[in-house]
Amino acid sequence: MSGKSGINDFAFKMGTVNGTGSASANGLLMQAIFRMGIPVTGKNIFPSNIQGLPTWYEIRVSKDGYTARPSEVDLVVALNPATYAKDVKTVRPGGYLVYDSTWPMDPDLVREGITILGIPFGRMCVETFEKDRDRTLLRNIAYAGALAALLKIDTAVIEAMLTEKFGKKPKLLAANHTAFKLGYDYAMAHFQCPLPFHLEPMDRTGDSILIDGNTAAALGAVYAGATVGAWYPITPATALMEQFKGFCEKYRVDKETGLHKYAILQAEDELAAAGIIIGAGWAGARAFTNTSGPGISLMQEFIGLAYYTDIPAVFIDVQRCGPATGMPTRTQQADLLSLAYASHGDTKHLIVFPADPRECFEMTVQAFDLAERFQTPVFVASDLDIGMNDWMVKRFEWDDSYRPDRGKVLDAADLEKIQRFSRYLDVDGDGIAARTLPGVGGKGAYFVRGSGHDKHGQYTEDSDAYQELVDRLKRKFEGAAEHVPAPIISHQPGAEVGLVTIGGCEAAVHEAADILRAEGIHTDYMRIRGFPFSEEVRKFLGRHEHTFVIEQNRDAQLRSLVQIELGVARDAMTPILDYSGMPLTAATVVNAVKTHLAEVPA
Amino acid sequence: MTSIAKPPVKHPTARTNGRGLTLRDYEGAMSTLCAGCGHDSVTAALVQAAWELEIEPHRAAKMSGIGCSSKTTAYFMKQSHGFNSVHGRMPSVTSGAAAANKGLTYIGISGDGDSLSIGLGQLSHAIRRNVNMLYVIENNGVYGLTKGQFSASADIGSTSKKGEANEQAPIDPVLLALTLGCTFVARSFSGDKQQLVPILKAAIAHKGLALVDVISPCVSFNDHEGSTKSYAYTREHEVEAVHADFIPLKREITVPETGEEVRVVEMHDGARVRLRSTATDYDPTNRESAYAHVRACQARHEIATGLLFVDENGRDMHDYLKTVPTPLVDLPFEALCPGKDALGKLMDRYR
Ligand SMILES: Cc1ncc(C[n+]2csc(CCOP(=O)(O)OP(=O)(O)O)c2C)c(N)n1
Ligand code: SF4
Repeated sequence: MSGKSGINDFAFKMGTVNGTGSASANGLLMQAIFRMGIPVTGKNIFPSNIQGLPTWYEIRVSKDGYTARPSEVDLVVALNPATYAKDVKTVRPGGYLVYDSTWPMDPDLVREGITILGIPFGRMCVETFEKDRDRTLLRNIAYAGALAALLKIDTAVIEAMLTEKFGKKPKLLAANHTAFKLGYDYAMAHFQCPLPFHLEPMDRTGDSILIDGNTAAALGAVYAGATVGAWYPITPATALMEQFKGFCEKYRVDKETGLHKYAILQAEDELAAAGIIIGAGWAGARAFTNTSGPGISLMQEFIGLAYYTDIPAVFIDVQRCGPATGMPTRTQQADLLSLAYASHGDTKHLIVFPADPRECFEMTVQAFDLAERFQTPVFVASDLDIGMNDWMVKRFEWDDSYRPDRGKVLDAADLEKIQRFSRYLDVDGDGIAARTLPGVGGKGAYFVRGSGHDKHGQYTEDSDAYQELVDRLKRKFEGAAEHVPAPIISHQPGAEVGLVTIGGCEAAVHEAADILRAEGIHTDYMRIRGFPFSEEVRKFLGRHEHTFVIEQNRDAQLRSLVQIELGVARDAMTPILDYSGMPLTAATVVNAVKTHLAEVPA
Repeated sequence: MTSIAKPPVKHPTARTNGRGLTLRDYEGAMSTLCAGCGHDSVTAALVQAAWELEIEPHRAAKMSGIGCSSKTTAYFMKQSHGFNSVHGRMPSVTSGAAAANKGLTYIGISGDGDSLSIGLGQLSHAIRRNVNMLYVIENNGVYGLTKGQFSASADIGSTSKKGEANEQAPIDPVLLALTLGCTFVARSFSGDKQQLVPILKAAIAHKGLALVDVISPCVSFNDHEGSTKSYAYTREHEVEAVHADFIPLKREITVPETGEEVRVVEMHDGARVRLRSTATDYDPTNRESAYAHVRACQARHEIATGLLFVDENGRDMHDYLKTVPTPLVDLPFEALCPGKDALGKLMDRYR
């Protein structure tokens, strides 16, 4: 927060133009800091276009390990003239602005109270490199070099990374090295380096990795044993299936024959993608699709069918701002209600809510277990911030004794032992009937139909049979409450209020709670991780006369869901809503809590 | 097929196929379609074809969308798993099932409404993927289940039950399939068992998507305005005590074996359809001439029937997907999960 920046505790950002190759320089900086053992987060704020529009990359360094989006930036590298006026305003008072001094200083860049550093990146690159393409691309590496000097990034770490990346292409390696030196040497020669806030090696990232949620979820699907993936491209979910493909190529290709132990179908649209995974799930494969809000809308009819006919399938929803195109490169948590009650008729669905890539990995595996155990669609509600940004998380672990929970599946031998197989008969009272897979033979065959059916799977329009069926589905849903991931709850002694949140808001809310405590406001904390809500969720809400429900949508969807499902009064839950499309900051939460407490003394 | 339930006892003298199964073993639930619906004749042909092919019923999967036609899957092979999915989306469900388990025989049944309007995209893409399946379109030119609206295959000039004439050009599934590169394209008539059964057998045996368009009259909504026996007329002239739909019982239309190339079939509405079988010297391996044949028939107001095109060397979906011979559902978990050590190594890459 304001004025606190110092060693290993500050934030900086780069304002560039997308399509100019800045992503690799930004990634290089972030990873170098991480390799110096310092906790770091990077947020890519990018436009929905391929080339030519403003894009920002924000890097936050936090010795205390906070990973939320920074509330303030100490230094801005302004390389996009189109956003000078905006960028210069975002520097905190007393902070720095770096710009390309190849051209005379833009009047927009003048501001009292900040230090402006000009570096002629453009000129240096034109003088050093021949090709236009190199001149543009390497300007990014040049600013990385300048930042390395200003912020004291370990140059040996950077050199090692460049060698790792371009080791096999000596020409490229040399060019990158040269560009890096250009920026580095210029800054060293002209400015007092390092700046008052800068980096010192630490030892706090040894057990961590930098990874994005889409990659993590894809890895989860591989580890869960998913064999069929179907999808239709949509930002910000696309990379997930691409990563799944990459991992399958690595782990699931038969070495001798080159044949695949997986099937990835790029469908003609989301309707087809849903149909494919439902067909595959019915046939007995672990199948999933990755999509975003608009895709979920198109899948609704199939989701209802799968729910009503007890078919497992996993839907990974990487949420973004809607509708249609909406703001596809901005994050949100605005699909909560549409996932919970997706489709027509009486439906309710299991949802897991990962907060970071590590949970994307773990919860994707859980989602497959839940889908098969409860024979129903399961949603993994990720979002753009989690899915597409690199997060620092603990290394993933795997227990080799894990076996998939295939749920109640009768094979030929099981069928031998029973008189008659009835597809929808609730023998155990948990609402879950045993299923058979196509091809099993004997008495195992049955007919999947969206039309009314009785417990034997036979067609009927009998009112009692219909009610019996939907009541069973409800029983099944309710039984899942204790099997979805449990909420994470923490208490502070003397807590006055409760903070309730979900998914990727975790980092900001957790940090906000620490800031509030330092100011004497003690809070209890609960992050909901699964739907249906478990008994613990109900208890937490019951214990607090007042809670703040923090989420990223306009209409307080989580609060509505809690109210509908648990009957908690709306007045007992104050919404804190951020639907700007940007990752949540701790300051947003702190300010909202304080404002409210000042208005309504607790 | 009839709508009358039959006793479950087997006739001791019934003929059995190589698996020791009788025709009755290939039947399904009692049909709930209108008496005389062409779709029931298709069901009978499917029963015959599957019996003759000696398919193990439990190794077949019956797939369909929504519509009267899509109900067909319930009426044959009761020992097979069946999936009556959602309107127009049978192809995707079948693609997924086939991706998961390539070891089964997939029999997909759809209607002209199901496949040529709401499901046109899915039909096209299943063809493009060349899913290994039989794809039957029971084509009656109308939406039966929603009571008689024109479907996309309705001919120009045909009239609806309300007497409105259809003005839009039809989509011909056979021309569509030929254009999209379908590897097996055939057309037949529900009442022509002689022709239909062998076509279905060849289609099931084909590796890849085999599209069979079957002209299958709808007894209830094929009637025309001028007819005093028409549905509309009956409705108008009936004195309603309580509102109830009235569907006159009709007989299935069949065509006798005549050995002639062109056969004229009278539909329930009095309309006449001219079916032209492919000639004995017809070459079904040439896509261009198949297309030309269908078009030439159209120009003569005839419907080309028979096996129109086949490419036995086409690559099917699993060839494109390069999957292992074992069905994916049969792969043990150990063959799929890379395990702890691999994860440890992978994690180092994200440092
Ligand atoms: C999403 C959706 N839209 C509309 C319907 C209503 N509907 C059911 S069957 C049908 C048409 C079926 O026509 P066709 O496929 O030609 O079959 P037929 O009944 O003529 O055999 C329609 C429109 C539906 N079930 N689902
Ligand atoms: S309405 Fe037409 S298509 Fe449907 S069952 Fe009756 S005759 Fe067949």
